[in-house]
Amino acid sequence: MSIFLNKDSKVIVQGITGGEGSKHTARMLAYGTNIVGGVNARKAGTTVTHTNKDGQEVELDVFGSVSEAVEKTGANVSIVFVPPAFTKDAVIEAIDAEVPLVVVITEGIPVQDSAEFWAHAKSKVDANGKQITRIIGPNCPGIITPGEANVGITPGNITGKGKIGLVSKSGTLTYQMMFELRDIGFTTAIGIGGDPVIGTTHIDALEAFEADPETEAIVMIGEIGGDAEERAAEFIKANVTKPVVGYVAGFTAPEGKTMGHAGAIVSGSSGTAAAKKEALEAAGVKVGKTPSEAAQLMRDIFAAK
Amino acid sequence: MDLFEYQARDLFEKHGVPVLQGIVATTPEEAKAAAEKIGGVTVVKAQVKVGGRGKAGGVKVAKTADEAFEYAQQILGMDIKGHTVKRVMIAQGADIAEEYYFSILLDRSNRTYLAMCSVEGGMDIETLAAERPEALAKVEVNPAEGLNEAKAKEIVEAAGFPADIQDDVAAVLVKLGEVYDKEDATLVEVNPLVKTGDGTILALDGKVSLDDNAEFRQSEHEALVDKSAENPLEAKAKENDLNYVKLDGEVGIIGNGAGLVMSTLDVVAYAGENHGNVKPANFLDIGGGASAEVMAAGLDIILNDEQVKSVFVNVFGGITACDAVANGIIKALEILGDKATKPLVVRLDGNNVEEGRKILNEANHPLVHQAETMDSGADKAAELAHTA
Repeated sequence: MSIFLNKDSKVIVQGITGGEGSKHTARMLAYGTNIVGGVNARKAGTTVTHTNKDGQEVELDVFGSVSEAVEKTGANVSIVFVPPAFTKDAVIEAIDAEVPLVVVITEGIPVQDSAEFWAHAKSKVDANGKQITRIIGPNCPGIITPGEANVGITPGNITGKGKIGLVSKSGTLTYQMMFELRDIGFTTAIGIGGDPVIGTTHIDALEAFEADPETEAIVMIGEIGGDAEERAAEFIKANVTKPVVGYVAGFTAPEGKTMGHAGAIVSGSSGTAAAKKEALEAAGVKVGKTPSEAAQLMRDIFAAK
Repeated sequence: MDLFEYQARDLFEKHGVPVLQGIVATTPEEAKAAAEKIGGVTVVKAQVKVGGRGKAGGVKVAKTADEAFEYAQQILGMDIKGHTVKRVMIAQGADIAEEYYFSILLDRSNRTYLAMCSVEGGMDIETLAAERPEALAKVEVNPAEGLNEAKAKEIVEAAGFPADIQDDVAAVLVKLGEVYDKEDATLVEVNPLVKTGDGTILALDGKVSLDDNAEFRQSEHEALVDKSAENPLEAKAKENDLNYVKLDGEVGIIGNGAGLVMSTLDVVAYAGENHGNVKPANFLDIGGGASAEVMAAGLDIILNDEQVKSVFVNVFGGITACDAVANGIIKALEILGDKATKPLVVRLDGNNVEEGRKILNEANHPLVHQAETMDSGADKAAELAHTA
């Protein structure tokens, strides 16, 4: 099992003809992801060709809109690679087409645009009042269910299928952790992104991993800024029975300086790495001082099983 | 980017928010000329991006232009919580009858916008929120709708404004919402928002933070950057599109990915505890690509930092595999030539790590030390910085 994404997921790529979109469509397809088409209004009616996992050439249709792509292909996942200036409209288009999962890789989106598309996503609910579209990102590496599907830019060959669920604000730290624990392997790994406004949160992923029977333990990677880790800690205390190992980056980051991610900024006393570590430990999470220490804590958990 | 008060005032004026005259001055002479131009009573206000300037003596009421000169002389150069005052704003004096508070900001936790408003303005808003939370109205503003008229009315009612001025205040809030929306702000705060003796609503102070990600559609924001406060190395990095933050330490850091670099800073600081308390000298994220040119540009900036004694290159090879990164490092050292003088500890991990390490071994560059793990690399770099 896995969360949010599996081998049956049908994926379209918004921005399939662009530089990044094209490069990563090829990688995702070669990994085994079931890519069924792409969207670019200006190139509607054309096709792009890439090679799949079995070495066969696959011709993918480029559609004029997300709704048309969904109608023709039955896609239930969309990945967004369009430039920041056009991302808001692209995501809103996917929400309006009722795509269940939208993964936004684009970096550098104005936060008001993210707040707007999130408000829009929140307003689209089904008959039971449940939000129709899950958003992952923006500014994230995406989601990978090893051995089944990779929707994002995670290097596919650094790890394999296994028993750990991973949720992280940071891309390369995710890769580092997946690589260190590649012998135990992962059910699903999600990079939720380091922007101030994101779709899927630590809590959403924790809840899903808790419910996933194949996930035996969870790694949660956070960084300075905001209070998402503190909120996740409260959630873990009340709702998570599986062992959780944590790591938080940015202990030595000074106040008021943005460290790469737009959300990674410490203002006043809130959002520090120390406060997050403390909150997580109070919730029973084993927190590593370094990524390798966190990986070791996870090994210890499996060794004791 | 946080703005100075005078810059916020200018933005307010641009969007039709009622403000008084205000002229920025960098010398007492300019301050006097500004006071003469405005006429009557003026207020000399220190321009610093930190609160509490009034208590620090950074705000003075001047009855005459000569007094404005005198106060500007006192205030310019003053240190307010570590910020040197380089500019003052000469503001027209106001006949204040009532003081209110208003702000609209990005509410990260709830992924929406939040407006806060109170009829008890002027004082420190954190104190008000802590001591009398009922006096501070908090109203969610839907990002898809913005601060429209209906929302403004809801806010002034929630804050408990007297009925006779509700419409006037609401009209000003709509304009402030326009500043927030049109300028891609993450914070617009007015403290105090005032009612004057003749009943006019005015924004007497302004605090605005702008979103750097919106630069591509906010061409006028570039001019608001305080170049004098920029670190020269940070300015150079920005020209090269590098994500660099100067810190106070001896171990230069280069890595790929914001989280990994933040983590590297931590690991180096821990290692420094065993090596004379050396600290990381900077944050530098060269991104996922890690090409030779970007590596060279990054190394160049770090090697120009006189405080730096050693450099720790910590790269996880993902899509750009370790062999490509290793070639990038060797090529970067070639590009830099004699400019590369400080020892480099390189830790590679991830895709094609064996090939990457082999390339570095074969190049056998005298400055390059290899490390197997992030922790041992940090330790080596700290040791080299301490013994240099």
